[in-house]
This record gives sequence, C-alpha cells and structure tokens, in this order.
Amino acid sequence: MWKWLHPYAKTENAYQLCKTLQPYFWGVAVVALVVGTIWGLAFAPQDYQQGDSFRIIYIHVPSAILSMSTYVAMAVAALVGMVWQWRTAFMAMIAMAPIGAVMTFIALFTGAAWGKPMWGAWWVWDARLTSELILLFLYLGVIALYSAFEDKQQAGKAAGVMALVGVVNVPIIHYSVEWWNTLHQGATISKFDKPSIAPEMLWPLLLNLLGFAAFIAAVTVMRLRNEIVRREIQRPWVVELAQQELGGRNAV
Amino acid sequence: MNALLNGVFKRDLALAYRQKSELVQPLMFLLMVVTLFPLGIGPGPETLQRIGPGVIWIAAILSSLLGMERLFREDFLDGSLEQMMLSGIPLFLAVGVKVLCHWLVSFVPLLLMSPLLAMFLNLTFDMYVALVATLLLGTPLLSLVGAIAVGLTVGLQRGGLLLALLLIPVFIPLLIFATSAVDSAALQLPYRAQLAIIGAMLMLALATAPFAIGYSLKVSQN
Amino acid sequence: MSGLVADNLTCIKQDRVLFDQLSFSLLPGELVYLRGPNGAGKTSLLRILTGLSQPESGQVLFHSEPLNSVYRDYSTQLVYLGHKAGLNGGLTALENLTFWLAQSQLLVSTSRLYEVLELLGLVGLEDVAVRYLSAGQQRRVALARLWLKPSVYWLLDEPFTALDTSGIALLEDTFNNHVRNGGAIMCTSHQPLSERAGPLRCMDLEYRF
Repeated sequence: MWKWLHPYAKTENAYQLCKTLQPYFWGVAVVALVVGTIWGLAFAPQDYQQGDSFRIIYIHVPSAILSMSTYVAMAVAALVGMVWQWRTAFMAMIAMAPIGAVMTFIALFTGAAWGKPMWGAWWVWDARLTSELILLFLYLGVIALYSAFEDKQQAGKAAGVMALVGVVNVPIIHYSVEWWNTLHQGATISKFDKPSIAPEMLWPLLLNLLGFAAFIAAVTVMRLRNEIVRREIQRPWVVELAQQELGGRNAV
Repeated sequence: MNALLNGVFKRDLALAYRQKSELVQPLMFLLMVVTLFPLGIGPGPETLQRIGPGVIWIAAILSSLLGMERLFREDFLDGSLEQMMLSGIPLFLAVGVKVLCHWLVSFVPLLLMSPLLAMFLNLTFDMYVALVATLLLGTPLLSLVGAIAVGLTVGLQRGGLLLALLLIPVFIPLLIFATSAVDSAALQLPYRAQLAIIGAMLMLALATAPFAIGYSLKVSQN
Repeated sequence: MSGLVADNLTCIKQDRVLFDQLSFSLLPGELVYLRGPNGAGKTSLLRILTGLSQPESGQVLFHSEPLNSVYRDYSTQLVYLGHKAGLNGGLTALENLTFWLAQSQLLVSTSRLYEVLELLGLVGLEDVAVRYLSAGQQRRVALARLWLKPSVYWLLDEPFTALDTSGIALLEDTFNNHVRNGGAIMCTSHQPLSERAGPLRCMDLEYRF
C-alpha cells in the first residue's frame, strides 16, 4: 500500500519531487499568508476584552501548533528512515529541524509579547509557554547532535533516534507541565479558555495556519533539495544537473 | 544466560569495583550541590523543606549526567564494545544488563546516601519515604534513557556537554512528577498517582529503551 | 554458495565513495591479503564483512543468506580483530580473555588458556593489568582469541602491528595452519606477508576521489 512512496527513497527522484512541489507550496503560502494576515490584522473584529492585542494570535497560534506538528513530522520521517533504511527520510527530517525550531521561537516570542499586555510581564511560567520552551530545547538538542557528527549519514540516524525519544516525550512533557502549572497556581486563566471564537476571527486564523504549513513545507523542500545536492555532489546525476544549470545560464 | 551473567554482568561489576573513585565522584558532586543551596538561599528550615525535593532531584539528575558516559565510552574506545556486538549475544539483552550494572553501581549508592540529603534539607519522614519511592522508580529511568543518548554520543570526541543538552529536557517530566510526589507527601496528601505515572514511564522505557540503545550503538559503530 | 560473499558492496564515508559495486567471495581454505593505500577503505570493508557497519548498498551473504538473518551462526564462526584491541586496560590479560570467552559462550579450560598464553610468551604477565603491558604484548593478548575460539573466518585488520619478528613468524605459521585446516582469512597489513603465511590471494583497493 505504501509502494508508491518507495521510488522517492532514491535521492534523484526525491529531488525531482521537491522541485515539482516547491512552487505550489510557495504559491499557497504567499496567498494564504497575505490574505490571512491582512484580514486578521486589519479587518477581523476587535476582541471585547483584549482589544487589538489579541490579534497576535494570527501569528502565535499557527506557529505554536505547527512547531509541534513539525516535530512529529520529523519523528515520522526518522521512523520511516529507520524502518525502510531511506537516506532521504533522514535528510528530510534534518531539513525540517531548523524551520521547526524557528517556529517554536516565533511562538515563544509572540507568546511573550502577548503576555506583556495580558499579564504585565514578558515571561510568565504559563503551561503552554513552558512546554513550548522545552520543545525548543528538544529541537536544539536534535540540531546540536546532528551538527556534532562529521559523517552526515551517521548524524542523520543519530538525530533520528533523538527525535523519536523526543516525540515520545512531547505529550508527557505537555501534560506534566500543565499539571505542574495547575499545582503551582502560577498563571491566571489560560488564554485559550474562551468558550468559542467568532467565525470572523476564526477564518483568518485558519488561513494563516494553512499559510504557515505551506511555508514550512516550501522551506523544507528547498532545504531538502540543497541537502541532497550537497550530499550527492560526486554522483553523476548531480554533476549533470549542475552542468545543465550552468549551460542554461551561459546560453542566456 | 551464562554469557550475560559471566561475560557482561560480572565484567562490568569487576570494572566498577576497580574504578571506585570514578563512581564516588558524582556522589560527591551531588552532596556538594545540595550543600550549596542552604548556603546560597539561607538555612531557614521551612525554606529548605520547601525546596528540598526539587534540590535533591535536580542534583541527582545533574550528577547522573556526569557519570553517565561510563556506560559505554571506555568500551567503545578500547574496542570491547565491538567484540561484544560480535559475540552473538542479542544486543538488547547485553545493553540491558550493562544498564542494570550502571544503575547498581551509580544509583544504589545514591539511595544509600539519601537519608543524609534528607537531613540536610530538613525533610520530614513522610517526605523522605516519598523521596525514596520516587528515586527507586525514577533512577532506573535515568539510566535507561540516558543510555540511549550515551550510545548516540559515544563516538563523538566531546560528547559530554552534548549529552547533558540532549538529556535535560527529556528528564523534565520525571523531575516534575517526582518532586510533586514529595510535595504531596509533605502535605499528607496521597501521591500514588505520581508514582504510578513514573512507574508507567519506567515500564515504557524498559520495553523500548534496550532496542533504542542497541540501535544507537550500531549507528555509532558505523 | 558457501563461504562469505560480498555482493555489490558500496561504501560511502563522509560523502566520499570508498568503493562501489564491489563483489568477491572469501571461501574456506584461502588467505586473502587485502591491500591498498591509507584511506582506501580496507577497515571499512572488513567492518562491513563483520556486520558492524552497514554498506550503503549491496549485502554480505553468509552461506547464501544475508548476514542479518544468520547472525548468531555467523558470530560463532567469526573472529574479528580491529585496530582497537578490545581489551580493557584496567583488567588483566586473563580476565579480559575470560570475559570475552564468556561473552562468546565458549567453555575453555584454564589449562588451555595458560597454554595459549605460554605460546604467545605471555606467561608471568597474565595477572598484570593490560594497560601496563607494552603495545606488542597487548597485541599478543588480543591475538590469543585466534587460538581460543574455534572458528572458520578470521577478519584481521593490521594484525601484525607492534609485533616483533618472532610474533610475526608465529602468526604467519598460524595463518598457514588455519588455511590448511579449512579456515578462511582476510587480513590487511602494511608490510607484505612472507612465504611462511602460505599461498595467498591479493585483493587491491584503490584510493578514489
């Protein structure tokens, strides 16, 4: 049932797939992000309690959700790489890591910026922010482990193991931190406890979520292409590719 | 069975016995870190009791990170590890036994030292019982999960700090549940739930970690 | 096919191709002398043959079966000695070998153990921690495995390093004996093997860019 996937274990096919997908991802990302952000920031109604400061959710929520999903996607890629012994899966995993870390950082930063008007402090040990911070540590650990190895193939596998250990831990961390938070009664009510969100507010949020996802996908396939070319630099098909590119430029 | 008992278990215990000073050093570190807190924060008995469980657990995690590399590093460097992998013993069993040895020689002494730590930080008897229970369930988890990261970093020249960076975030849930169990004991509240969760994490690690350790050692051999 | 067969092995280290589509076989009754300049991939090849490393593509067959599926059988038939001696410096020669035998699930009597140590000129040193032995003596302790484990396949990475002339002669005689008794040896060495080692087949690995 997964047979259709197998050709993409070959780096050359994966490269071509990335090349095909990249413009679509960029297209969706640009359209959704521009429309969603302008709609959210300029046209969506004000929140009756928080005024305009709530608008940061159009950045904060998508980045927070996708920082978690990207980590899960990394773990899935690592598992695929281990089970079927695909080099490309590990490459895809490591292509996702920095962008996921950046998403986590954006979520943390916007969370802190939102915390200032809401709680009067830049940093409050709120459950969600804390687990986001730990997630950032997990990302940084995977990236640090990957960069510590000279042999990048070994590095991919090692980082993959760590991503899997991390992904088992992500839900445990999430619930433990939430529990820790209620125990210590630190923060006020969680900011997502609102019973419902008005549809005029929700639509731009969903659009931005889609835009962020497409953006992550686009950057991932770009990075994956780079990674493949860098790693396979001595292979004939890469040499051919480079010559084609050069030839094309010379012709112009 | 014989191979595991005589070839791995006895060997690691014999080695540990010869390298006693290396085993004592993390414990001394633990004791010193715990000593720093009353000096830095103030010796008020109530303050100490408040922070005590957290301090002991944080110190235990940090000191365990110092001794963790012992698990495979020497064996990796001198080639004993590759001979063990070629010996035909199932790798997950062999590493399981090695982790057990590591736990016996590094954490059982810590358990023996725990009454002293409890006295230093003015823990009540109930809190001490809870502390021992969490240590009993939690320290094997440290060994098991730590061994995965040691397996991954064993081939790196400077793996020590990286090991800590990889492991500290992973140990956070354990820290939270363990300290909250002791805190509950201080308030005379039941803490079975926390113990059950730590136990569940331990079971999960027992079932999966040996395979992950084996895989990571194979990656390091590559 | 019996024996150890390398089937289209490709090895890439640090994104450099060491060897590509390499196929050969190692049969009982032959000594293969693996030659090549530094960095040509001799050690990588031997480690792939032991199953410690995985090739980029291709596979190693043992009695026509992939290595993974017959690994327990294979490990009883294999002695691998790498660059690293596999001896713990804090343990004595005797302890190191005893633990190694236990790991390999071999029962060897103490008298046999002493016999081998005597053959290697290590008597009197068996209860000294290995780290206090000279490099040549450590190498001899590591080599003792060849006599202690009854096995067919010997994969030896630079076994002559640090050995003196009498040690080299002893090892070469042993090679000759082993091959005549149906053993198979693949070994790398920087100095060429002498006549004593018996008939041998050379295999060359080239340094590739």
